[in-house]
Amino acid sequence: MSVEKVLETPRVALVVLVGASGSGKSTFAARCFAPTQVLSSDHYRGVVADDENDQTASNDAFEALHHVVGIRLRRGLLTVVDATNVQEHARASLVKLAREHDVLPVAVVLDVPVSECVRRNESRPDRDFGAHVVKRHAAALRRSLPRLQREGFRIVHVLRGADEVAAARVRFTRMLNDHRELAGPFDVVGDVHGCRGELETLLTTLGYALRRDDEGRAVGATPPPGRTAVFVGDLVDRGPDTPGVLRLVMGMVAAGEALCVPGNHENKLIRALRGRNVKVSHGLAESLDQLGRESPEFRAEAEAFMDGLVSHLVLDEGRLVVSHAGLKEAYHGRASGRVRSFALYGDTTGETDEYGLPVRYPWAQEYRGRAVVLYGHTPTATPEWVNNTLCLDTGCVFGGALTALRYPEREIVSVPAEREWYAPVRPLDADREGTAGGFALPSPASHGGDAGSGRPGSLLMAEQSVRAAAPGRGGSSPHREGLELTDVLPDGPVRVLETAHHGRVSVRAENAAAALEVMSRFAIDPRPLLYLPPTMAPCATSTLPDVLEHPAEAFAAYADEGVLDVVCEEKHMGSRAVVLLARTPDVARRRFGLGEVPDGGPDGAAPGAVWTRTGRAFLDDDLTAALVDRLRAAADAAGLWTAVAGGDADADWVLLDCEVMPWSAKAVELLRRQYAAVGAAGRAALPATLDVLGSVAARGIDVGELVARTQARSTDVDAFTAAYRRYCWPTEGLSGLRVAPFQVLAAGLADETAAPPARAFHTRDHLWHLGIADTLVAADPGLVTPTRRLVVRTDDDASVTTGVAWWEDLTGAGGEGMVVKPVANLVRGPKGLVQPGVKVRGREYLRIIYGPEYTEPANLERLRRRSLGHKRSLALREYALGLEALERTARGEPLWRVHECVFAVLACESEPVDPRL
Amino acid sequence: MWTDVVRMHPFGGHAACMRRADGDKRTTHRPLRCHDRAVLLTITASANEALPDATDLGHLLHKHPGRAQSFGVASGTAHVVYPEAVAARCTAALVLEVDPVALVRGRPGSGRRRSAPGGDGTLAQYVNDRPYAAGSLLAVALGQVFRTALAGRCDLRPDAAASPLALEITVPVVPCRGGADLAERLFGPLGWTVEARPLPLDEEFPEWGDSRYVTLRLTGNVRLAEALNHLYVLLPVLDDAKHYWIAADEVDKLVRAGAGWLATHPERGLVTRRYLRRRHAFVRTALQQLAIERLAEADDTDVDDLDNAVPVEEVAPADEVPEAEPAAPPLAKQRIAAVVDALRTAGATSVLDLGCGEGALLAALLAERSFTRVVGADVSFRALQVAARRLRLDRMPERTRDRLELVQTALTYRDARLAGFDAAVLMEVVEHVDPPRLPALEAAVFGAARPRTVVVTTPNVEWNVRYGLEPGHLRHRDHRFEWTRAQFREWADGVAQRHGYAVTVAGVGQDDEELGRPTQLGVFAR
Repeated sequence: MSVEKVLETPRVALVVLVGASGSGKSTFAARCFAPTQVLSSDHYRGVVADDENDQTASNDAFEALHHVVGIRLRRGLLTVVDATNVQEHARASLVKLAREHDVLPVAVVLDVPVSECVRRNESRPDRDFGAHVVKRHAAALRRSLPRLQREGFRIVHVLRGADEVAAARVRFTRMLNDHRELAGPFDVVGDVHGCRGELETLLTTLGYALRRDDEGRAVGATPPPGRTAVFVGDLVDRGPDTPGVLRLVMGMVAAGEALCVPGNHENKLIRALRGRNVKVSHGLAESLDQLGRESPEFRAEAEAFMDGLVSHLVLDEGRLVVSHAGLKEAYHGRASGRVRSFALYGDTTGETDEYGLPVRYPWAQEYRGRAVVLYGHTPTATPEWVNNTLCLDTGCVFGGALTALRYPEREIVSVPAEREWYAPVRPLDADREGTAGGFALPSPASHGGDAGSGRPGSLLMAEQSVRAAAPGRGGSSPHREGLELTDVLPDGPVRVLETAHHGRVSVRAENAAAALEVMSRFAIDPRPLLYLPPTMAPCATSTLPDVLEHPAEAFAAYADEGVLDVVCEEKHMGSRAVVLLARTPDVARRRFGLGEVPDGGPDGAAPGAVWTRTGRAFLDDDLTAALVDRLRAAADAAGLWTAVAGGDADADWVLLDCEVMPWSAKAVELLRRQYAAVGAAGRAALPATLDVLGSVAARGIDVGELVARTQARSTDVDAFTAAYRRYCWPTEGLSGLRVAPFQVLAAGLADETAAPPARAFHTRDHLWHLGIADTLVAADPGLVTPTRRLVVRTDDDASVTTGVAWWEDLTGAGGEGMVVKPVANLVRGPKGLVQPGVKVRGREYLRIIYGPEYTEPANLERLRRRSLGHKRSLALREYALGLEALERTARGEPLWRVHECVFAVLACESEPVDPRL
Repeated sequence: MWTDVVRMHPFGGHAACMRRADGDKRTTHRPLRCHDRAVLLTITASANEALPDATDLGHLLHKHPGRAQSFGVASGTAHVVYPEAVAARCTAALVLEVDPVALVRGRPGSGRRRSAPGGDGTLAQYVNDRPYAAGSLLAVALGQVFRTALAGRCDLRPDAAASPLALEITVPVVPCRGGADLAERLFGPLGWTVEARPLPLDEEFPEWGDSRYVTLRLTGNVRLAEALNHLYVLLPVLDDAKHYWIAADEVDKLVRAGAGWLATHPERGLVTRRYLRRRHAFVRTALQQLAIERLAEADDTDVDDLDNAVPVEEVAPADEVPEAEPAAPPLAKQRIAAVVDALRTAGATSVLDLGCGEGALLAALLAERSFTRVVGADVSFRALQVAARRLRLDRMPERTRDRLELVQTALTYRDARLAGFDAAVLMEVVEHVDPPRLPALEAAVFGAARPRTVVVTTPNVEWNVRYGLEPGHLRHRDHRFEWTRAQFREWADGVAQRHGYAVTVAGVGQDDEELGRPTQLGVFAR
């Protein structure tokens, strides 16, 4: 008779079975775990040697097995190793693997009598080793048993005898840090450091109702309905009332009103309270002194409370992680000494800075996780989002402020310190320079460096103290974040991006490599580069004589998709340009780093940017500045900032999709090298040929066909020349330059606060967009050009006829053509995302694309076989990536999340698709 | 009279000529394609002692002056017609109707090309001057259509074939890279009177200037075969087309046609160089490079302005570069020596060459056994390819190969693979980065990769006057800036202070009391 034994093991763990050959490990594993969770050495011997019992293959087999164990643990999967593991060295390598991946090693010992093992082995024909092997295993096992804990196994289960093995059952337990089921909403509070008064004020501000004991001491706080407070640690030391803070927080935790993680100060205080020999510094003395005045019971209670805190918490289905000093993604939900150390002390490099404080590695800069990480530990003047992480320590005890973040609202709530309770080792502003946002490397480690560094009394110091005095103005910190190569390059043959509107979009390695070259060598700074325009497909090929593209195809295609209202927009023959305008140079610098120089201060760069389809500056610096200034003035005059405002506040910046004319302004080199050259050659060669053929014919030789062909060619070349000439005129500075905005891409605020920091406008109908453009035209008609338009009803024959006539007029007068878009803008149809627009290019314009003679009937017939599938698919993918970039910007996501989309658009543009489409 | 000759002609008419010109023994008359276009060349002979009846030009060319004859050639269809054929004067005209589709198909490295309408080429292939301009395509057609005449054979009129004739050759559109006077330099020494008139790009836009085309007229007393050989070789040389329109073996044939006159030509260096360049003509074949070409096109830009990390001229393997090529300037060698010296002094064993280009420094690093780990990094895929070829990676001894790694990276992104090295070199790299992007490079190199030693070299702009450069002119087209010594010092001090390095600044090259040295060298150490 044996009692059923329950073996508890964490959900993420490395379970090491320990038992002699024949002890029943495989049977046990098969019964208690999923087959994919169990990696057996026998199996791997088979994998590497085709023979499960080939002992000479053991080293290779274990190498393969350990490799797979490593991958599984990295991916956070429970893994069971089915091998004898009776030797210490075999277990040691597994314990090491578990530690490398910060999961708990669990030993399950199957202590079955030798006779039973031998009997089982004898019944298996493939096990030809004798009893002496089993005896050796058993002896080693017996020697091992008392040592397992010391070897590093955090949990050791011993099953004695075959019956106990047969009856044992495994129960998976949750990690202590795993509170995914708690979804909040939370109010996450930064380092309190004994500032009880400020804490009470903050909690009250947050809507908590304090509960007090008979002596009037706060012993709890009832949250607003549904909310929970979370403390990031460092409740103690330095400040005036460490016991008061502990009493309040302990009460809240006990009442289920709060969660709490420990800080390094709690850690040290416990050791001091336990009489360990610790250096009494950094404000520990105050805590010991204050606690000394409390009752022994309270001290014991406080010690137990602090000791029981779990180093970090994973909340809200893994979407939120709270720890004292931050936590890199690989450590979320894991447990090991170094995870705890990271959570308490941060990612220290072992070096110390000029103030003797530890230098911390800029882990937040490299953080790419989806979970929000909230932490404290490093006092900073202003909380700033860095890649989805936020440090909430605003140095209350040093006279700064006590700060909380409302999650998921992302709203910062802050109360100023009542006074400076403790003199900082280094000034708060020095933190900005060196360690703000959780990193201590000098901040030029990020783009552009940081301003005002170490220059007391500088303008920026003043600005920072203003900011510190008015907290609550958080905001992302793209200039601190920087980009990793792995943000854009695939680590395999493709990189996959998730888009909201078109699912998964893949980017091939070769396209990413090409994009990397162009992006890194020629494109503007990625911070302002929020968007690249997608390519656009032409309408289906027309079957009408004499044309390749015709509006009827566009209208019919949209009608098929159920899009009844479309707008035809004149297609300007210029060059595509994306224009970013900031309201002030300060906005441009703060939000986009434009004009920021490493040593601080402005460099006079334009408060905006203008870039091409591939992200290159459209104009030189001086012209960019001039154009941006003119457009900003137009925006001011047109009331654009209000028109695109999201809430109460006017927008601080706006992103416009435009066409800049003339084509020759940007493409003059291309025109000279290619188009004008073809025209010049043709206009000289063909008349000369006609001359010669005329003489030949005069001699009575029949060259009639050749003459006719040459004559037609000559006419075509003239038409070709006329076609490109229409898009060329001289410009001088801004004079002659025309800008046609046709879409508002996004607009936003300089600082990203709780309200959405920006908005995208792809759900606003195109008439709204064109209306905004019209206001800019009205404000500066000398520079801004209107986009002619016509709304067509695709199911109404008369309306379609009008649309066709409109296109004929437009292109007959030399226009490039038109773009047909759903009036509603972003549209999903039964087959998914609908093309955001299709172009219908004019017959003459297409000579520039298909060559002077494409209109020859035989050429047209050949060209009608053009295939549009790839172009259409590319257009949708690029469109979805562009929207994704804008939507991520609107959500205030980190720079890398926006940039990966923009980069992917560029990579897609390098896909091999017929360039004439 | 000519009519008698026709009967006597050993090949009996133009169908035979077709066959020979075609080369593939098909005798079908190629249908004329309506999408073909015309390139023109005329050859006029005036009667002289050797050629009393100018219409005998027909015999010499083996083309009947009384007919219009058509021949299928690689790039389309060639027609030979005679606008004038009287005893005093006879003109043969070669009209080449180019099939642009054949051009796109014929592009080397385009093996993946699918069906004709698929069209994954570049726009430049569809809208180009080849159908009108007499370059390499006309030369090849000439070689096919007048093959016998080129060889100087004419059994019926052997004396005329062997004698100088009073010839006039006109080509209305010749692409002429290097200016109209290049035509004079090339044809003049061969006994021609040369008239080369540049064609304007577009009369409506005089500010655009002249095109690269000239209308060419050559007159002289020259043997017909020689004249044809001159055209056959020199038209493509004048053209110097960037794109590779003809097969490699054609180039070899063209070179052979220079026998007898090229060796003594004063411009033989230029002719040879342009040819060799054609033979190794750089063609972007790798997927990455085609991708860059498309990005350039998407932005109305010349791909050579983007994919310019290593000069196109220098892609020929080192051992095949003719001796006429100028040797590497000594400053580049001195610079490499100075960098290697700085690395040696720093005691570095693992070295990153950031922006390694075609690998000149890598070769020097590999030559020193003390550098046990050498990584060449560049953002340009083509630079890495060229470096691999120049360093003969595939033939490198294993021990040396094991020390070297080539990686694509971009210095405006942090790259974890670059951490953990003793030293990094930025040799003539920073000036290729736009100033607003320098902080990103700074962060990636000094902040993230963070080697103990960083060696930076960059031009000293003050020295440019010694090169005869006007103020404001930089040494390289891709240089985004060049610094004075004070500017470099300021940047270096800033970087050092922000990242905890100490920097010493020196120079490389000839010292000038006022201007310093041509190259600035900064060694950062922490």
